[in-house]
Amino acid sequence: MAKIWVYAELSHGGAVEKTVFEILTKARTLGADALECVALGPGATAAAAALGEYGATTVYASDDDTFSDFVAEPAAHVIAELIKQHQPSLVLAPFTYDARDTMARVSAKLGLTLHTGATDVLAVDKTQEAIFGGAKIVDVALGGNEPRIVLLRPKFTEAEPAGGAAANVVNVDVAVPDETKRARRTERHEEDATGPKLEEAPVVVSGGRGLQQAENFKLLEDLAAAIGNAAVGASRAVVDAGWVPYSMQIGQTGKTVKPKVYIACGISGATQHIVGMKSSERIIAINKDPDAPIFSLADLGIVGDALKVIPQLTDEVKSRKG
Amino acid sequence: MNVVVLVKQIPDPANPYELVDGRLKRGVAQKVMDPGDEYGVEAALRLVDQFGGEVNVISMGPAAAMEAIRRALSMGAHKGVLVTDDALGGADALATARVLAAAIKRSEFDLVIAGVESTDGSTGVVPQMVAELLGVPQSTFAKEIEAKDSSLTIKRQTAAGYDMVECPLPAVITVTAGVNEPRYPTFKGIMQAKSKPVDTVSLGDLGLGGDDAKPTQSVDAVNPAPERGAGEKFEDDGTGAAKVADLLKQLKVI
Ligand SMILES: Cc1cc2nc3c(=O)[nH]c(=O)nc-3n(C[C@H](O)[C@H](O)[C@H](O)COP(=O)(O)OP(=O)(O)OC[C@H]3O[C@@H](n4cnc5c(N)ncnc54)[C@H](O)[C@@H]3O)c2cc1C
Ligand SMILES: Nc1ncnc2c1ncn2[C@@H]1O[C@H](COP(=O)(O)O)[C@@H](O)[C@H]1O
Repeated sequence: MAKIWVYAELSHGGAVEKTVFEILTKARTLGADALECVALGPGATAAAAALGEYGATTVYASDDDTFSDFVAEPAAHVIAELIKQHQPSLVLAPFTYDARDTMARVSAKLGLTLHTGATDVLAVDKTQEAIFGGAKIVDVALGGNEPRIVLLRPKFTEAEPAGGAAANVVNVDVAVPDETKRARRTERHEEDATGPKLEEAPVVVSGGRGLQQAENFKLLEDLAAAIGNAAVGASRAVVDAGWVPYSMQIGQTGKTVKPKVYIACGISGATQHIVGMKSSERIIAINKDPDAPIFSLADLGIVGDALKVIPQLTDEVKSRKG
Repeated sequence: MNVVVLVKQIPDPANPYELVDGRLKRGVAQKVMDPGDEYGVEAALRLVDQFGGEVNVISMGPAAAMEAIRRALSMGAHKGVLVTDDALGGADALATARVLAAAIKRSEFDLVIAGVESTDGSTGVVPQMVAELLGVPQSTFAKEIEAKDSSLTIKRQTAAGYDMVECPLPAVITVTAGVNEPRYPTFKGIMQAKSKPVDTVSLGDLGLGGDDAKPTQSVDAVNPAPERGAGEKFEDDGTGAAKVADLLKQLKVI
């Protein structure tokens, strides 16, 4: 009687985080008797339609602002109570900042096994994780009491709708104690990005320390604009240096991207960077060091000065588009 | 303000890692304090410089983890606790959190600072578990920290930008790389560190048993990931850009 739960994290705008659909898609294949979601915060009830489309039959939902206003604790309290009431076998959640904050507390409250950063789930007690920059895949056996909690890396699989009807909404009736309302979000700021989102763009042009200085990211923006439907990413070295905002960082501690084409410019290819882009369909690298590790996974490598090649490429792209 | 900093000793990330019996092989590679934790030490020192109080450095690990504590002490921290016990080998995140929380509880604290995620484990959940076990709120991914009487204002990095979070004390926070510029230990600092008080404690000293430290996940198999072979590589002779553009055209993205 395995029942699988998926924590349907909601974005600030109230939409379901895209990676939740990837998790539901995978969860459908695990042979559970029931696939249900928990959604907390504004947008939770409305999420029933989308969650149903991806196979959830029930969503335990509360639209209460408390869950988006206060950090982790109200959500952790409610999820822990719901787990005690309904006893799922496995709880899946995305490996996002907020789900990590929340599910870590749930695990500590109930003494539940928590596997974070998993790259696949094979059964209710078996997961996989890529380690050493994706060079090795380990199978992990999950012991301890049910439910175990598994946090899955975004983009670990492709989301596919199942065409299900809207999930049945069950209103969460767990009271949120005042003691859990402590750390509070008072403001939210989103970097304004033009063009497609990094995670969704079919082409990502990405720059590293080899671009020499912050101003040269303009070259990448011009290239992305010429290609159209392209987004600009970055290595951590240049994010730490303050050249570009963290929201552009790709890699272990940044975003995971899987575009059709990834163009790495002046990026050495450290394992922590590679984990965030190695599943791209095609990889192109421009680096002046012929021994740069990035070349070992590039379909096309250009050994040269990125500052010269990028503007030329922008012109070549423009001329081919006519 | 009394601040606890959690620091972890890890194999030097500059050397390649290796797995032995499903565990990270330790001992061979030269060990260092997790670079991510230096930011935590620096953040703690700055708060104590501003408000007074002491910085207490806590680590769980093999005896060699004392070096990470010494490093924090030589940066200016006041005292340290190392939890070391044979029963702790292979401890997972929750077991680690139980041990750290028990060690933290032995003295009064206003704030616990940890790194966002460790470089070798990178589970990114130990600090939040510690917060739950201590019964205090948390604020993770701090890029900037401002302290007022009994609360912190944190600029918290998010995937889309940042949030501002008001967090009452006592609390657990995690700091990102780049939150500050960690100081280097001075010669004087290194000399002084030698006489600063450090406690070495076992599980039993913390009132914990082997069950509290037992990991509940284990590595079953290790397999190489599917190789992604290298393709063609050209020295740029002025036609590199054209080659790339041709491929983009062929792939129909332009
Ligand atoms: C816990 C942890 C997490 C991390 N997470 C991430 C992460 O999420 N993402 C990430 O990217 N990194 C991450 N890192 C950092 C990572 O280890 C590397 O330090 C980083 O990716 C290096 O960035 P880079 O390639 O831009 O810089 P470098 O390694 O300095 O490489 C610069 C490259 O540019 C080339 N170059 C120089 N000049 C030119 C030129 N004119 N034209 C062409 N090429 C040129 C050089 O040959 C070199 O290969 C993490 C590290 C740790 C310890
Ligand atoms: N064994 C440990 N000893 C001390 N601190 C730790 C230990 N493990 C994790 N931490 C702290 O928790 C942070 C996050 O680690 P992790 O959850 O393992 O990614 C680290 O940056 C440390 O500050």
